[in-house]
Parts: sequence; structure tokens; C-alpha cells
Amino acid sequence: MIDMIDVKHVSYQYGEKKVLEDVSFTVYEGEFFGMLGPNGSGKTTLMKLMSRELPLQQGDIFVYGQPIQTYKPRQYAKLVATLPQHTDISFGYTVKEMAELGRYPYQSSLLPRWTNEDEQTVTEAIHSVTLTHKQHVRLEQLSGGERQRAALARSLAQQPRVLLLDEPTNHMDVAQQFKLLNLLKQSGLTVVAIFHDINIASLYCDRLLLLKDGKAVACGTPRELLSESMIECVFETKMKRHEHPVLPKPLVTFIPFSMPHIDEGLWHVKEHETMLVVETAKPFKVLSSALVGGGIRWATTFVNRHVPLDYRCDDAEQEMIQFLRQHGFDEQWTVGMMTAVDVKDVAFSFVDEDIRLFVAVTAGVGNAVDSANAWRRTDVVASPGTINTFVFIDGHLSEAAFVQALMTATEAKAKALCDKQVVDPQTNTIATGTSTDSIAIAASQQGTCYAYAGTITPVGKQLARAVYEATQTAIDRYRKRKGESR
Amino acid sequence: MPKPFIQTFFNNYIVALIIAITTILLGISIGSQSIPFSSIWGTLIHTPTVPATDSQIIVSIRLPRVVLAFLIGAALAMAGVAFQGLLKNVLADPYTIGVSSGAAVGAVIVFFFHLYLPFLGRFTLPIVSIIFALITLLFVLLFARLAERNMAMETIVLIGIMMNAFFGSLISLMVALSGEELRQVIGWLMGSVAMRGWSYVSLFFPFFVIGSIGLFVHIRELNAFSFGEQAAASIGVHVLQRKLFILLSASLLTGAAVAVSGTIGFVGLVIPHMTRLICGANHKRLLPLSFLYGGTFLVLADLVARTIVAPRELPIGVITSFIGAPLFAILLFKSLRRKT
Repeated sequence: MIDMIDVKHVSYQYGEKKVLEDVSFTVYEGEFFGMLGPNGSGKTTLMKLMSRELPLQQGDIFVYGQPIQTYKPRQYAKLVATLPQHTDISFGYTVKEMAELGRYPYQSSLLPRWTNEDEQTVTEAIHSVTLTHKQHVRLEQLSGGERQRAALARSLAQQPRVLLLDEPTNHMDVAQQFKLLNLLKQSGLTVVAIFHDINIASLYCDRLLLLKDGKAVACGTPRELLSESMIECVFETKMKRHEHPVLPKPLVTFIPFSMPHIDEGLWHVKEHETMLVVETAKPFKVLSSALVGGGIRWATTFVNRHVPLDYRCDDAEQEMIQFLRQHGFDEQWTVGMMTAVDVKDVAFSFVDEDIRLFVAVTAGVGNAVDSANAWRRTDVVASPGTINTFVFIDGHLSEAAFVQALMTATEAKAKALCDKQVVDPQTNTIATGTSTDSIAIAASQQGTCYAYAGTITPVGKQLARAVYEATQTAIDRYRKRKGESR
Repeated sequence: MPKPFIQTFFNNYIVALIIAITTILLGISIGSQSIPFSSIWGTLIHTPTVPATDSQIIVSIRLPRVVLAFLIGAALAMAGVAFQGLLKNVLADPYTIGVSSGAAVGAVIVFFFHLYLPFLGRFTLPIVSIIFALITLLFVLLFARLAERNMAMETIVLIGIMMNAFFGSLISLMVALSGEELRQVIGWLMGSVAMRGWSYVSLFFPFFVIGSIGLFVHIRELNAFSFGEQAAASIGVHVLQRKLFILLSASLLTGAAVAVSGTIGFVGLVIPHMTRLICGANHKRLLPLSFLYGGTFLVLADLVARTIVAPRELPIGVITSFIGAPLFAILLFKSLRRKT
């Protein structure tokens, strides 16, 4: 890796006010380097020192190993181009005329000649910011994002090695932001940019510099730096880190306020003829395999709907959403499952001690499966016969605790099936579940924090017992009804 | 978007040149004694058939007057272009920012003290004017920057008004102290190209050439400065050095123009503005076209000044202000409206 920019022990003060204190870092060639920090952390001053808009007071900045103050203006403009936060536009100039200015450092001052190379570079620069169709339009007729891109075309026409950007995507809409940043990312230039938005910085930057009160707090990859403690320390706001759902990038989410605590009547069970409904007094965070609202989401309504045995639908999810709407539920706040079992046979289990939790299970074991021997089975389409488990916990679960709660509940269910001697009809071995089981772990995310919910943690123990008991009861009721109907 | 015909028509050097030549011919032809174009042509190629009086009027009265008017107009228009580009301010021209008044004080001081600097001879007058113009300009810029870092348009214009008032009173004082002697200065102050002859043209010409070249080699820098000093610096313009060169060239043009023809206001405002409407803001076209149209404008203004109330003459500054002041008002109004 070649050092592109070396900032060494740079301090700066406006009058008495210290803005930068002993800041050092290195930017490598080809890097997308981001600078993050709250307002007044000195990032703009640092940028202005790098662009030579401000003279150095203490410390040194090297570009390609040479102190920046030793470059002549034109030499420096061939190496470093600056795109300020706000581009001053001048009325009456066209996009192309603006971009042509970028060739200034390449032309002799006395007898400037416009060469083919100049022309070609400008054409390419305008093309790469996708303004070719507007190159003869005057700047004042462009949108803010287009003006910023025109300014970028000027910077690109300079053919610099480094681009310095001060919040380049300010005043741009989302699409324009990403268009510009993708363009920069693809350009292969060394980019040093101030970012306002931590998540955009995380998405695009190879490395980040965190600044606070004029000091460099840390420098490293987004994955290294964007820890909850680090960001909370620098930005003085509570936050959580999570992962981008599609890209391998960390993201942060701020927690500016907390939800009110509710003690009484946290959940209500409503039993209807064709469905079981649990409504919560506040949104619960849910991890589920439900048909509607699966994955992680916040929900206030939990529906276990009875469908006939021969229910077939190409798009079960859409049909379920229609069903929910018809019954006055908002699918955005609902976790919805289906079962062929009679929902009147639901079994509940409550724990109301140090730990408050509640489990509801409907069980049908006609299609029981032994997971250990399932590979012997030849059927590919799952036939109905379902154990649906709802677990509600009044407490704050970490993401790991959610997953452990899921494991604990599943193990308890499997054990209940074992103890009830439920047999996989095809393999004639003890079943561990059915082929279409579904589960939802819901937590109020208030009160006690549970970092873990494994089988021997306090919450795990209670949870396992409740699931085990409710599943057994549900199987009994199912068998009883089957016996009656026979 | 097709451009209007008028825009395309005037955005053409040949058209501008033809208009300029036609105007010059008209300027020579029209006057208390009308002279046919044929005589002008005849005089230029020395045909003996032209009446002696006609060729006398052409060579020693009309031609130097028209040429001087053209050069002064071109100089003031270019100075206006330079100030506007450098200050990013459409309201700036040598007159509105007070530089013309500063130069006028210099000129009046030369008259008042019968000043002759060693080795300079009769060039004392333009050189002192230029020095005063430059000092005034630097003072205005410094003052504006101290008052308000971003140098708002109105700030500079307010400072210009202040300078005009101050210098005006200085000149009045000198005129009052000198008695009859400088009474003629008042007429000169309003601006005139009358009765100057070739000697004034030769007095002005060297400065005109140097100042024009100074601006023409800075066309790209003027474009860069139009986007702000920061942008100019970022593309590699040596800001301080280039700015000084441009200011010096503009002062040269303004100071010398004032020295020979008095304070002719608003030429540097009207012409760049109109030209910008025609060709856009790119100085590559704006500067040469302003040169041609500025010259044309002042020849026309002079023509009007000496014919409209003939046999008497109006100061040429009356005509230019009559057109320039309302335009100034419109531009000021627009810039204030844009802010709110």
C-alpha cells in the first residue's frame, strides 16, 4: 500500500480556540476514506488544511511524501481536487464550461492551447457524471444534485489522484446520493470524504477516522470502529449496531427515546371460533417463522388461524393478509400463522413469578416427523398437521437470547412429543415435531435484560417448562378430539 | 431549447464588428456639419476630391473624438467585466464601487497642484489617476472584507456610494479653493470626450493596450473566479497573484479613462450585463464582445449627447447614467429579491 496522504501531528486553532489537536493518520492510495464526527469536531478544518484552503499552523501534511505547502498551485491541482459541501455556481455558465475549468492546471498561463486531450478529458468527465445530455444547459437550470455532479465533473477533469469531499451528498435525494457515491467508488480515485451519515460512511468507506473535540479518536475499518461504545462515546447518543440485511456491512441505529413501561395487562387472549388472537398492550419484538410477519419484527397482534385440512392456495401469504384485513387487523403489526387444528384445543401455560411469561400452543400430530430420520422419508410436499407455539416474555432479550429461546422452546417441544410417544408414521420412530411447525418468540423489551435464554438460565428454565407443559396438554386435547371424532 | 434569434445574431464577432464600424462611421458623419460617408472614405484613402473643410473636420475633430469614445467605452466595459467576475457581483462597475471617483480625485489633484512628476511629463495625469484608482479599489475591497467576510453585493455597493460621496466632497473642496481656474473641471467630471484631439488619444492608448492585454490573458482566471475564490484555488489558480494582476489591469483601464474623459458612469454595468444576456457568462466571449459593444455604446452615447440638444452639448455621462441607473435599480432589485 502506497501512502497517499500522511497527516502528522496536525494542530490548528482559530485565535484562542483549539480546533484540532495532534491529529495523525494515513490515507492509502485507492482508498475510500471517511471522516466522521459530531459538529465542531474539526473535520471541516482538517479538510480545509488538506485542500490548502487554510495554511498549516502545526504539524505536517504530506501528499506523495512531499509536504503540501511545497507544491505550486497548478501542481497541487493536478494531484488533489476538492469538491466543497456547497458548490458556488455562477450564473450564465454551461455544464461544459464549468467542467472545462478543470483543465486549468494543464494549460500554460500565457498562451493556453485547448488540445484534443483536454477536450476528450472534459467529455469523459461529463459522461461519467451522466450529464452528457445536459452539457450545454446553463447551471442555474439544473437541480442541486446535478449542479453537484457538474462540480464533480470539473474535479474529475483535473485528473487528480485524490478527491477531497466535504459532505458531498448534502442536499441530494437518496437516489442522487447513491448515484454520486457509486460513481466515486468506481472511479478508483483515492477519496477522502466527510460524512454526516454514519451508515452511508459505513456502506462506502474502506476506512474511517473518528474525530471528537479536535482529536482523532480512532481510525480503522467500519467494522472495527462502529462499535456501540465507540459511537456512543463520539456522538453522545445511544445506539445499536446491526447488520445490513443484504450487504456485509455494519449499520448503526440510534435510540433517541425509550418506550413507556407497561406492567398490567400486557397481553390479552381472545378466542374466536376460527382463530386464536393474542393482543399485547405495547409492541413486542418478535422472532418468528410465521407466514405473515416472519423474521424479526415488532408486533402487537398474534393470530393463529384455523384453516380446513384441504386448504390450498398458491399465494398463502397474500390470502392470509386479505384474511387479516377482513378481520380488522393491520398486517404491519401482526404475526400470523395457520393451522388445521381446532384452535379451541389451544393449551396455555403461564409463569408469573420473578419472570413473567406466557405460552400458547396448538398441536396436531397427524403429520409427525422424526427429524433424525426424516431423510428416509420420500414425501416432498408437507401435509397439514402442525404445532404452532407462541412464547411471550416480559423482559428485554438480546438477539442471542432470542435465538437461544428458540432453541430452548424447540427442545422442550421435542421432549414433550417424545414423552407423549408421538411417532413418525413413516419411519416408526419417536417424532421431534411436525413438518409444518411454526414458532414465535415475542419479548416486551422492557424491564429485566436477558442476555441469554439457554436451558439452564432462569428464563430458559421457566420457558422450557411452560412450552413442555403446554405442548403436552395441547397433544392430549388433540388426541381427545381425534378420539371423539372417530 | 432553441435560442432566440436576437441572441444568436448579436453573439457573433463579425456582427459586433460591423455594428461597431457602422456606428463609428455614423459618429464621424453626423454633427453640426453633416459629412457624407464618401468623404470619410475619401479622406481615409487621401482622395483630393474631398473638400478641405470636410477632411479637416474628420481628421482633427470627429475622428479623434469617435476613436477616443470607442476606446473609453471598451475600457470601461472591460473593467466592469473584470470587477463583476472577480467580485461575483453584477452590480460592480468602476463607477458604482467608487474607483472612478478615486481616479477623478487623482486627476483633479494633478490639475490643482499643476503636478508634473519627473520623467513622466504629460503622462503624470493618467498615472496619478491610475494610482488613485488602484488605492481606492484596494481600500474598497479591504473595507468590504473587514465589514463582511462573504462580501455581499450590497455591501460593496454601499461602500461605493460612501466613496463617491467622500471623493465628491474632496473634489468640490478643491474646486472651491481654486476659484475660477477649476470651474471647467465640473463639466469634465460629468464626463466628456469633446475637444480632446489626438493628444488625448495618444495619452490614453498605451494604458488601454496594457490593460486590455492584462485582462485578455486572464480570461480563464476570470472564469475561475466567477465560481468563487475557493473553487479557483482548487483548480490551481494562484489566487492572490492573479487577482492582483486583474485588479491592476482594471485599475489601469479605469484610471486612464477617467484621466482623459472624466467619470462616465454605468458603461461597465450596462454593457457586460447586456452582453452576458447575449453570450452567457463565459469570459472567452464576454470580454471581447464587451470590448466591441462597450466601444459602440459610448460612440452612440456621444453622438446622442452632442446632437440631442444641438447646438449645445450634454456631458456624455448624462446619457450613460440615464440608461445605466435604471438598469442598476433593476439589478439591485433582482438581487435583493433573490435573497428573500
